[in-house]
Amino acid sequence: MKDKNLKIVDIIFKPHLVKYEVLDKTVARSNEDILKEIIDSGLRGRGGAGFPTGLKWKFAAEQKAKKKIVICNADEGEPGTFKDREILTKVPRKVLGGMAVCAKIIGAKRGFIYLRGEYKYLLPFLNEELEDFNKHLKEIGLDFKIDIFLGSGAYVCGEESALFNSMEGKRGEPRNKPPYPTVAGLDNMPTVINNVETLVYALMICSIGSKEFKALGTSDSRGSKVFSISGDTPIPGIYELELGMSVYDFVEEFGDGDTKAVQIGGASGFCVPRKKFKETIIGFEGIPTGGSMMIFNSTRSMYNVLHNYLDFFEEESCGQCTPCRIGYQQLKKGVEAVKHGEKNEEYLQQLMKLTETMKLTSKCGLGQSVANSFSSIVNNYREEMVY
Amino acid sequence: MTEVQEKVRDLSEKYGRRRENLLPILQGIVEKEHYLTSEAMIQVAKELDISAAEVYGTASFYSFLDTEQRGQYVIRVCKTISCDMKGKNSIIKAIEDVLKIKVGETTQSKMFTLLETNCLGWCHKAPAILINDEPYTNLTPAKIKAILGDYIRNAEGKQKIIGDIQYER
Ligand SMILES: Cc1cc2nc3c(=O)[nH]c(=O)nc-3n(C[C@H](O)[C@H](O)[C@H](O)COP(=O)(O)O)c2cc1C
Ligand code: SF4
Ligand code: FES
Repeated sequence: MKDKNLKIVDIIFKPHLVKYEVLDKTVARSNEDILKEIIDSGLRGRGGAGFPTGLKWKFAAEQKAKKKIVICNADEGEPGTFKDREILTKVPRKVLGGMAVCAKIIGAKRGFIYLRGEYKYLLPFLNEELEDFNKHLKEIGLDFKIDIFLGSGAYVCGEESALFNSMEGKRGEPRNKPPYPTVAGLDNMPTVINNVETLVYALMICSIGSKEFKALGTSDSRGSKVFSISGDTPIPGIYELELGMSVYDFVEEFGDGDTKAVQIGGASGFCVPRKKFKETIIGFEGIPTGGSMMIFNSTRSMYNVLHNYLDFFEEESCGQCTPCRIGYQQLKKGVEAVKHGEKNEEYLQQLMKLTETMKLTSKCGLGQSVANSFSSIVNNYREEMVY
Repeated sequence: MTEVQEKVRDLSEKYGRRRENLLPILQGIVEKEHYLTSEAMIQVAKELDISAAEVYGTASFYSFLDTEQRGQYVIRVCKTISCDMKGKNSIIKAIEDVLKIKVGETTQSKMFTLLETNCLGWCHKAPAILINDEPYTNLTPAKIKAILGDYIRNAEGKQKIIGDIQYER
């Protein structure tokens, strides 16, 4: 690391010395003990929303139901995110191990990996891993079996309730909440759904201990996180870093010397302009992220960036609620009109209001999060939107 | 029973005839036929005892469950920002030049279809594409032309062509 304020961590990808070692040691512990460890660690979901993982597992464990489900969310569709694919490729056994520990705690017998259709090429490899793993579970007497469910090219299916609908053979449209998945998820059974990376951390915390994990990061953002870094950087790729760094330190390390903006959290996230690099923290206390970090240098038009995001959302909207379906179309038309001089600059204010309406009235994160990227790009790069 | 109807029946046997088996069945048809014909969808409806409109309504939600005719090899070029910045337009142009089709079209031989798609999860190796299930990354116009050449030379489809991604453990 050039920048000494950044710290590379090696929890996720570090290979196990002995196959299934951590899992075997963990399942020998009591449920209360494991749950306490994970709650103590302060681990929060790595899929974007950041819900405390230990609590999620506890809620599901408290549900009285014969059948419960564990799902690993490997739908990874947020623009600029590719770390879940890498985790599944490099350390699949850790992902499966995390699922098995969760199953033991909540009392689930069935588990699924929802793998995005774009990663279908991984199927033969993952199925081989699964076969071995399912066999091992039998050997250690854990009554739990994992299968893979393949997606078919729909970003919104990464939203947990849309994912359940998709697995039930329906259109992948998000449901109303509550009920939450821990109460009524897949086929209305209590379900824990976690991101790929979350599951690996949960398992590894059982190995390294919550204390060592907590020693990393800040009080709001415990531990480390896997970042997917792309765009204008000489060293794009996947990096596990301690949480709580400033955008400034991040750019010192990964920028190309001419960084103009960093988009944190993908198209649903926030754009941070150069003048705010120093004061902006990457983490739950600042800008949270599922790991997507896209770097733009001064040759890039932020109008093009915004237009590309709007295009993405317009296509991926499930169309269920009007504010989201119509809103994205209008936003795209609107910024085009301003750019082409058909509307004046003030019109951007009206569009900004529209994003606020979408935030308040849309059913799921896809419609709600537009205000993030829209206002952070439009407010910081107003000239580029107009001229 | 026609050939397609038989295939649908076999897939229904394999995955089961419950609603939750619908996606795997449709994915199985696309894998073999490259897209969903109305004949196939009607047969799925019969096998699962749901209406054909339900089958179509579900299929049309998913971009990989095409209901329009597609070629043997479906090329999907990522058009999201990281690939856009790293020259996806030059990749599209190279493909259009070689295959003499535009985005959204299928070659007359029904061998290739060219489509655009959203982020494929290879942004650090942009520009990226999928040809059927296989990812190809860090593309240049020269590289994609060579890849297409390989596909065309193997036109008999006897050899399975695999992408340039190897997974390590
Ligand atoms: C539109 C949309 C797409 C999402 N896509 C993903 C995804 O691809 N992977 C993921 O883990 N979570 C995704 N989420 C978040 C999930 O709904 C859910 O919060 C997450 O899987 C919970 O896991 P975690 O607590 O481990 O983060 C998405 C949410 C929304 C609103
Ligand atoms: S906000 Fe958009 S994606 Fe989400 S449910 Fe509504 S229409 Fe569908
Ligand atoms: S932007 Fe093309 S693979 Fe992510």
